[in-house]
Amino acid sequence: MSDTEGVRRGVNAMEILRGIAVSSGVEISHAFLLDTEDVRIPRRTVTASEVPAEVASLHVAFDSTRQNYVDLQANVARSLGEEASAVLGWPIRVLGDEKWKQRFIDRVEQKQLGAAYAVSLTMREYKQKFLQLKDRYISERVQDVYDMERRLLQHLLGRKREHIANLEARVAVVAHDLTPAQTAELEKSGKVLAIATDLGGRTSHTAIVARSWGVPAVVGLGDITARVNGGDTVIIDGTHGVVICNPDEATIEQYRQQRKRLVALGQSLRELRRLPAETVDGETVTLMANIEFPHEAAMSLDRGAAGIGLYRTEFLYLRGNSEPTEEEHYQAYRQVVEAMEGRPVVIRTLDLGADKYTQSRQAEPERNPFLGCRSIRLCLRNLDLFKPQLRAILRVSPLGDVRIMFPLITTLLELRQAKAVLRDAMEDLEEQGIAFRRDLPVGMMIETPAAADTCRAFAREVDFISIGTNDLVQYMLAVDRTNERIASLYSPANPAVIRKVRDIIRTAGRANISVSLCGEMAGDPMFTLLLLGLGLRRFSMTPPDVPEIKKMIRSVTIRHARWAARKVLSFESDREVVNYLRDEARKVLPEAL
Amino acid sequence: MIKNRQGLHARPVMQFVDIANEYEAAISVRKGDQTVDGKSPMEMMLLEATQGTSLRLEAEGLDATEAVEALTGLIERGFDED
Repeated sequence: MSDTEGVRRGVNAMEILRGIAVSSGVEISHAFLLDTEDVRIPRRTVTASEVPAEVASLHVAFDSTRQNYVDLQANVARSLGEEASAVLGWPIRVLGDEKWKQRFIDRVEQKQLGAAYAVSLTMREYKQKFLQLKDRYISERVQDVYDMERRLLQHLLGRKREHIANLEARVAVVAHDLTPAQTAELEKSGKVLAIATDLGGRTSHTAIVARSWGVPAVVGLGDITARVNGGDTVIIDGTHGVVICNPDEATIEQYRQQRKRLVALGQSLRELRRLPAETVDGETVTLMANIEFPHEAAMSLDRGAAGIGLYRTEFLYLRGNSEPTEEEHYQAYRQVVEAMEGRPVVIRTLDLGADKYTQSRQAEPERNPFLGCRSIRLCLRNLDLFKPQLRAILRVSPLGDVRIMFPLITTLLELRQAKAVLRDAMEDLEEQGIAFRRDLPVGMMIETPAAADTCRAFAREVDFISIGTNDLVQYMLAVDRTNERIASLYSPANPAVIRKVRDIIRTAGRANISVSLCGEMAGDPMFTLLLLGLGLRRFSMTPPDVPEIKKMIRSVTIRHARWAARKVLSFESDREVVNYLRDEARKVLPEAL
Repeated sequence: MIKNRQGLHARPVMQFVDIANEYEAAISVRKGDQTVDGKSPMEMMLLEATQGTSLRLEAEGLDATEAVEALTGLIERGFDED
């Protein structure tokens, strides 16, 4: 069927969209469309008879917005002088340009888009154009574009403008892409049943968050935001990567049944909670949880995790406009450490810098963010940012089994610098008479090929290491994991990656330090057998994955795992690896995959 | 040739389109293979005409000659900066 026509006619034709399945489960719900600035665009398309009213509302919105700027300019001129107000003349002229306004009107008339959506879509294009400019003075005008869009939408949507925080019913969130700031808001609302986005890949921020919330999610759908209207019924099948817009009754019924079966499977897995993660031949494995927000500690315990193997701390930086204070850090950590009641809690220091959120706020965006000043590099160059976090981690250390982990360490010098800053923080606390544990275990993530290959030297200077396969795969294979066009090239099953993981585990074993794996690989039942066979005994994954991996472990022997690992190491392509591991996992646990 | 240091940033763009809009003639501005409407404040900004950029003005209409003269003058004077 012709997909776009259904939408253009404005009728509720059923549409099936395929994307990347990133968080399993099925939900049937109403769509909630998110756009820039968390503004909800209520309707994407309108019927032919509604077009004249939409065009009229565009004229009014342009006139009113232009008037806003004229008033603003007068105010600024009074308070700051003519010079300062002059720059506001540009948006005034832009909004007064009839030819430019016609672009918006054309979109409404020819494509039957709602006025607000036409504004959002057109402004998105202009934002991109400005961001691509090389000249900083001119590129900065993107701020005016953001501002014009925001004001136009305020006029167009008026009270209809809804903030995430005010959501009343539980919804399926449909967005172009989710920023960490938006997910933090959504998290607070507690109203998200499922997620579908235009962009994203298997290990993008949206995917990781969806899995940690345990809500179904499909990403990389291309243009779902253009195909769904707010309030439409959608089925989000995060197990198969399918989104169905405006499903008919028969389809809804079919999915209701499927949902029931999945819920039943989830329940049977939950019963495993109190059983140990032990192989059939008696080898014990430690399963830990990766968490993003403090309240997930309770969920981790509920799913049977033996501790927190990775506590991401970025949310603290993304929820407000200012950097978090030491006290805010401390409270967020205390909540988790207390909830875990003496179980290990590995707190990873700030790992920001390459994401869109921080990039968009930088005066000079990185040319190559993933190879740029991010993570530990950013921290070591901004001690004012780094130290409050280290102090808070130290202060919380007497309350439980707290461990600290530095991300993205590439050279020994970096590790030593980070440890020196930590020692400084310790001395400061000592002088101030504040309690902390001097023997706090210090660890690092192995995320770059360089760190992996010099792992032996690192192992002498840390208490534990954790393999961050998400970044390691990206750096080894030279694939941006968020680029959906090359998503298929991003594969932890690549033989080079598997050999690297084997080497790291082996080196850590010889150095007699603890090694865990906290990438997405750890929570994928397809890789459990292989990782066990390579000698891994500590896994850290999003809380909802724990029961399934535990079941997998409880169904295999180490002998089988070693045999499978040897077999995998003989393969030369990721396809062979995937086919083999999938078959093996299916034999062990048919319902897992 | 754009002489002023910051190129066609906000203020010069405004000066340019204000003058352009005083004329009836259609005015197009060309930079390399990129051509934009000289009366459009948005397009002129996106043209990214930095210092040293060569622009080619074309006008069509009754007052085309006067329009081009006025705009060329503005550019030659470096937009009356400093």
